[in-house]
Amino acid sequence: MIAKILKYQLRDVMRSKWIVAYALFFLVLTDVLFRFGGDGVRVATSMMNVILIVIPLASIILGAFYLYNTREYIEMLLCHPIKRHQLFWGLFLGLGFPLVAAFSAGVIIPFIYNGAGPEAWIAALMLTFTGSTLTVIFVGISYYLALRFDDRIKGLGLALIICLFFTIIYDGIILFVIYMFSSYPLEKPVMVLSLLNPIDLGRILLLLQFDLSALMGLTGAVFRDFFGTAMGMIIALVSLLLWLVVPVTVGFRRFLLKDF
Amino acid sequence: MISISNLEKHYGLLHALKSINVSIAPGKITAVLGPNGAGKTTLIKSVLGLVKPDSGTITVDGKKVNGDSGYREIIGYMPQIARYPENLTLQEIVEMICDIRGYGNAKIDLDSDKRLDLDLWKHFGLDKEKDKPFRTLSGGNRQKVSAVLAFLFRPKVLFLDEPSTGLDPVSSSVLKDKILAEKERGTTIILTSHIMSEVQELSDQVVYLLDGQICFEKSVSNLITETGQSTLERAIARKIEGNGQRMSHDTAAAGAGSGIGSGSSESMKVLETGEAVSESLVNEKQKKTETISVQNAVFDFKKLFSNGEGRS
Repeated sequence: MIAKILKYQLRDVMRSKWIVAYALFFLVLTDVLFRFGGDGVRVATSMMNVILIVIPLASIILGAFYLYNTREYIEMLLCHPIKRHQLFWGLFLGLGFPLVAAFSAGVIIPFIYNGAGPEAWIAALMLTFTGSTLTVIFVGISYYLALRFDDRIKGLGLALIICLFFTIIYDGIILFVIYMFSSYPLEKPVMVLSLLNPIDLGRILLLLQFDLSALMGLTGAVFRDFFGTAMGMIIALVSLLLWLVVPVTVGFRRFLLKDF
Repeated sequence: MISISNLEKHYGLLHALKSINVSIAPGKITAVLGPNGAGKTTLIKSVLGLVKPDSGTITVDGKKVNGDSGYREIIGYMPQIARYPENLTLQEIVEMICDIRGYGNAKIDLDSDKRLDLDLWKHFGLDKEKDKPFRTLSGGNRQKVSAVLAFLFRPKVLFLDEPSTGLDPVSSSVLKDKILAEKERGTTIILTSHIMSEVQELSDQVVYLLDGQICFEKSVSNLITETGQSTLERAIARKIEGNGQRMSHDTAAAGAGSGIGSGSSESMKVLETGEAVSESLVNEKQKKTETISVQNAVFDFKKLFSNGEGRS
């Protein structure tokens, strides 16, 4: 049943213009970076800075919009013999999968025709993996918000705020903490703080992989010193997967009990 | 066909449904009416499983509504506002619903599939629109799609939420004919509408909701003869007005009882017990008319506190 719902969802989303625009955006950007820089690892690093901002924003806004727009459709489907949990996963994968596919295609295709070396390929795959995970995480958060708030202005506003919080405000908070408590040993608290931010985790994961200490910032450096590269990556990965599971599960529970 | 007992629903502080008890007879068209916010939609959505009630039980065709989706196989629903995936064509939308209903995912032949009820599809002339994506359809055509999908699987129970909204007169009468034909076939139909002439034309009985309670439940013909009006609209207005007047008697009486207002001590007494009413009937003949209206008021109090069971 999930497959049936998914099939028609995918057919619908794949025909829409915004998903094409989304893929083209990444395609053009990666291509342009290749033309400027040439080297695959550098392109991946530059792309990292873009995707860490763009993907959360795009996923959370598109996700919330999508669920608000399909509200009547969901009601209609729920009057047929469909179980709620089937419908939820159908809807979730129906948006998450096209977004991941569009982003991945946009990033990978320029790497193919520019003939990147093995090192650059690892960087590119790591980039698509992190980007995909962030996509799913933020679609999950947006689904929760759209199910929690019936008022779409409220839901979308909160989606924007959450996104800005994780991309910009959170760094400010960490800086503030470091500044305020500069006379205390701060490694552990700061590390814990960065575990609570999926975007930070994505950044740490990628920078540990690319081994770019210059871009790592305080949280990344602390991470590497404390755990070493391998352990640091595993911990970042596990926390990222937790981020993957928790918002979706909360949203899923809400969907099961919701009054439509 | 559908029986609902002690159904309760709160939305936060709003008490949307207050212990609803109603059973809907099979093979009839029942109109669920009431002012905006009376709980019509909540009631229907509870039966459809879209709204999860706080307490109470609903059974549809002997199956209890408890979160399982199986009972919905015999239900067709035409929503007030319909939306389907924007980029799918009409043909694909019909196929999708067939697929979900377990009719196989092969291309459905919309001219002559024996398993499906395609009357409306033909009469609405949707065939020439079938390759257009849903987003390009006009409001009326969207409404037609919902109607087709509601009737498509020959449901035993049909829910129609404002069925003729947005339809042109021709399509609207096509739909009405179809509704009556379905009734002949023995389908139980539940309908909401704001157009009383439509309700009068189609439905056998009326369930009137007011503030989350069932105000009355009557057959259309009874309602009209009882109130002596010519149309259902007038009859309902008279009925509600009548209730309202009696209500205002209640409040006046309550005012007297609490010493506000200008009521005499006798009228205070008569309000308190039923026996007092008969006493004062004997003792105070000069106040006859007043007492009778007070007696009405006492009767109404009983009705009010018996949780909607004492429908007149």
